[in-house]
This record gives sequence, C-alpha cells and structure tokens, in this order.
Amino acid sequence: MAEKVLMKGNEAIAEAAIRSGCRHYLGYPITPQTEIAAYMAKRMPKINGVFLQAESEISAINMVYGVAATGKRVMTSSSSPGISLKQEGISYIAGSDVPALIVNVQRGGPGLGGIQPSQSDYFQATKGGGHGDYHLIVLTPASVQEMADLTSHAFDLADKYRMPVMLLADGTIGQMMEPVELPEEKTSTVEKPWALTGTKMQREHNIINSLYLNTELLEKTNFERFERYKQIEENEVMYESFMMEDAEICVVSFGITARVSKNAIIEARRQGIKVGLIRPITVWPFPKQPILEAADKVKAFISVEMSMGQMLEDIKLACECKKPVHLCNRVGGMIPSPEQVLAKIVEVEGGKN
Amino acid sequence: MAVIYSKPKSLADLQLHYCPGCTHGIIHRLVAQAIDDLGIEGTTIGVAPVGCAVMAYDYFKCDMIEAAHGRAPAVATGLKRSDPSNVVFTYQGDGDLASIGMAETVHAAARNENITIIFVNNAIYGMTGGQMAPTSLPGQVTQTSPYGRDTNTTGFPIRVSEMLATLDGPEYIERVAVNNVKNVKNAQKAIKKAFENQINGKGFSLIEVISACPTNWGLTPQKALEWIDEKMIPYYPLGVYKDRSAEKEVK
Repeated sequence: MAEKVLMKGNEAIAEAAIRSGCRHYLGYPITPQTEIAAYMAKRMPKINGVFLQAESEISAINMVYGVAATGKRVMTSSSSPGISLKQEGISYIAGSDVPALIVNVQRGGPGLGGIQPSQSDYFQATKGGGHGDYHLIVLTPASVQEMADLTSHAFDLADKYRMPVMLLADGTIGQMMEPVELPEEKTSTVEKPWALTGTKMQREHNIINSLYLNTELLEKTNFERFERYKQIEENEVMYESFMMEDAEICVVSFGITARVSKNAIIEARRQGIKVGLIRPITVWPFPKQPILEAADKVKAFISVEMSMGQMLEDIKLACECKKPVHLCNRVGGMIPSPEQVLAKIVEVEGGKN
Repeated sequence: MAVIYSKPKSLADLQLHYCPGCTHGIIHRLVAQAIDDLGIEGTTIGVAPVGCAVMAYDYFKCDMIEAAHGRAPAVATGLKRSDPSNVVFTYQGDGDLASIGMAETVHAAARNENITIIFVNNAIYGMTGGQMAPTSLPGQVTQTSPYGRDTNTTGFPIRVSEMLATLDGPEYIERVAVNNVKNVKNAQKAIKKAFENQINGKGFSLIEVISACPTNWGLTPQKALEWIDEKMIPYYPLGVYKDRSAEKEVK
C-alpha cells in the first residue's frame, strides 16, 4: 500500500489533478477553494505546466475552453458565486463537446452568501446550470481521500464522454485535513482526433463550435448528446450503500452530510431503529435504481442536505413518490449535527409523517 | 499567362455571407494572405467571435474555434498556453471586443499574451441589426440611438488602440482602414506584421481595422467608404500607436 500523507482537501484535488496528467490550471481567487490555485501556482512552473490567474471567473472558464479544445487535460476551480459566473463558459464547453474538470467547493448563498460550507448549488450542478439542454457528470466527495480519487476519475470520464465534469465539494471537505493515499500518475489514453492541434497541412481543418443555425442539425446534436448521457446513466452511477440490508428508513445524503448521517445512523441502530444510508457519489447521474429498490423495503426516506431541499426532489423522482421523503437540513453555512439527524430519524420512526 | 492575383490558399472557396459592400471580405482576405505569406496555415488556430464574423470558422482553412461573445482573447490565451508553437489569432468586432469583451481584451494586452487580434471596428452591431456600439460616433443614428448617439446619456466612443497603447504590456497596436487601395495595402502590412510578431515571440499585437457597414449605416457601399474618410477616421486616426520593438531600435 502506498504511503499516506496528511493533506487539506483542496490540496488533494490539486495534487491528484497533476497526477492525472493535468498541466493547465486557470482560475480566479475565491474562498474557500483558493488553496487549489495556490498549490497549482507553486507546482505547475516546476513541472512544465501552466498556472494562470485570470482576470475573472468568466475569463478563466474561457481559457479552460481554449485549452480543452486542444485536447489537453485542463481544470478550473471556484466556489459558488464564481461558479455562477462560469456557467456561460460551461454551457459552451458542453455544447462544443470538449472535456474539462470544474471544481466547485461550495459555500452558502444566494448572492454573495457566506464563506462557510453549503450544498445549495445542487440544482445548478445537476440540472444544467447554464443555458440549453446539457448535463455535467457531477461527483461528490465525502472525504479528502475521495477529493483525490474522484478528481482522478473525473479526468477519465471527461475524456471518455467528451464533456465537462464537475467535482461538487463543499467548504468543509475543502478545508479539512485527513490522511490520503494519492492516486497513481497517469495521462489521457483517449484518442482526440477532433482536437485543435494545427492541421499541419495533413488533414481538413477541425472546428470546435456550438453554433448550428440549421435547426435540424442543432436538434440532431442535442439528440446525439443525450444518447451519450443515456450511456452515462447506465454505466457511470456511483453510490455507497450503508446498513441498508434490513433498513426500514433510508437516509439519502452526499458529501460531508453523509458522514454526519453515518454517525447518526450508528447511534440510531444502537437504539434499535433499522435505518441505513444511500450515499450518492454521482449526483448526476443520480443513483435512481438503488433508491427505487429501497422504496419497496423502507417506509420513508430522509434527505439530509445543506440546502432547502434540492436533492430531495431527485429522491422523490427516483422513488416514484412511493414513500414519503423527509427533509433534514441546515443552510447558510451551518452543518447538520448528528443529534439533529438522529432526532429526525427518531421522529420518522415514530411514524409521524 | 502569369497569375498576378489570386485567392489566398488558406481562405476556403466558399461564398461569404456578408452583405454587399461590407469590408469583412477584404479583411478576411488580408488575414488569409498573411497566413499564406508566412506559411503558417498548418500551425494556426483562429478564434471566431460572436457578431457578423461568427461563421469565420468556415472561411479560414486552419483549425478554428467559436468563442462566446467577447471571450475570444481568453479562449486564445488557453489555445496559446496549451501549445505556444502554434499561431493563434482572434477576429472580433467592436461590440465583441470593446463592449462585452473589454476585460478580456485589456488583460490579454496587459499580459502581453503572445497572440494576434484583428479588431474590426465599424461603429455598430451588425449581426443583430444595427444597434449602438461602444465605438458608435457622437450623433450616430442607430436602432438603439434613433435620435443620434447622445453623449450626455450614452457617453463617448472608446478609442481602443489609444487606450491599449497606454499599457506597458502590448507589443504592437496599429489602426488601419480598408476603404481605399492605399489603406488596404497598409492594412496588409500591419496584419502581416502582427502575425510575424507572434512567430518571433514578441507578444500581443492588435490591429484595429476601420470597416464599412453600408447596410446598418444606411448608405450605399460607395458612400459608406466615403463616410469612413469623412467621419470615422477623424475620430479614429490611422497609425501606429505602439511598437515596442521599433521604440527600442530608435533608442
């Protein structure tokens, strides 16, 4: 087993990206993710890579678009208000079918909000975010180890499906330190004949573009993109199932709140309540199947999240409203406590729907 | 018989979509001619804007990308930083470059990003049907300044070349026009130099090209070319605004 090192979540993302062959980082400072930029600023010049602090988040994501168009692994990172600014560029990246990694270390909103952790960009991340019909693959780390592992995985997914992938973290995991086993060094293995490398007078010119004035053609590109999305929904769902074998209540939670929920579930089990956890690791594609299967066994779901109930809607859709879905939340930078989650489990166990 | 004039090889043999009398066609030709003359078609990547030239990606035979409105210098930065051995240019209008994309323009210049920008200034938004641009002249009638541009409420036109020349960053800034043979010849030289600078690693070069929009100016093609001399050039004087290498030679 490889040696473990003690790292901040944000730094683990940066180091994992470098080990995944990413040599281009374009960003703009915003709390609580600035350690990623700081790490890249230090490391990239030493490994013949590019760190560039752009004049804005808008510019940074468009620089990402430029690098992505050349086929090289590239990333940017930001936090909620900055991610809003990047949405135009993300839509272009999705519409032009080029791979890139976007990291959102979420903070409370709306507006300037706060700098404490949040999960309230769930809708923005999973439902499109920018204009037009498109998706991102959205990965949600719940530990510093997963910050590293999912970053590494994200680059492979982006290349495989030629699309932007988002790592949807939060300020807690970004800022906390844990031992982490860093991923192996690797590079992209996917052929990219579409990339802008210069024709070298050897081929017709490549065009990276999202404009189709021919409506039938634009419709066709949308249908084709969603065929790809269907494959992703079939093949790339990731989730963790915890104490679900005999569960009568199913907690659904991702990221830091999933860890809080586990503590509450262990305590509830000690009190004799049969409760388990489904932790989505991909929130798009959402783990619909395990939740639908659970719907036949449990009497209720509890969505534990740091938003006003955004993932809750996906749980309702996934379980086809067969069972009630309760909300246990804190917002504005507050994190639910194990006691709060336990109290909710006890309340739902009592049958008060 | 000797051929003394032909279409540049790096310009696709397509019918351009531009209006009659529009000078985008001339500027496309000048860019393609520079690419041919320097033998760089195989290593050049162009960035098309949002505006009338949005479909420039079809016309240039080098690799091309279409950027979001105003973001071409940022996209070009990404392309160039990814592979500095490639030649990267943007082709942008006044709305794209001087309004929505001003931040990207100024900061690419300040960084002395080693790219070439062809900035087509026709003092109006053409693609959307003739609205007031950041470079529309005082008193100019447009769809969104129907009583003439009122400087009390809409401010004053931006002289992009003069403004960028105040920065320490950029290598080369020149304003040219394409309304007569003499000006076209000067424009050809300037555009070629802007690409040469990049090849020689000198940095940011921007050529502002005063261009005609007869359709949205409400003038005949001939009158539009005259309007450039009478109205545009007095406000936007032609000339070299910055040439760092030449300054060094003088010193």
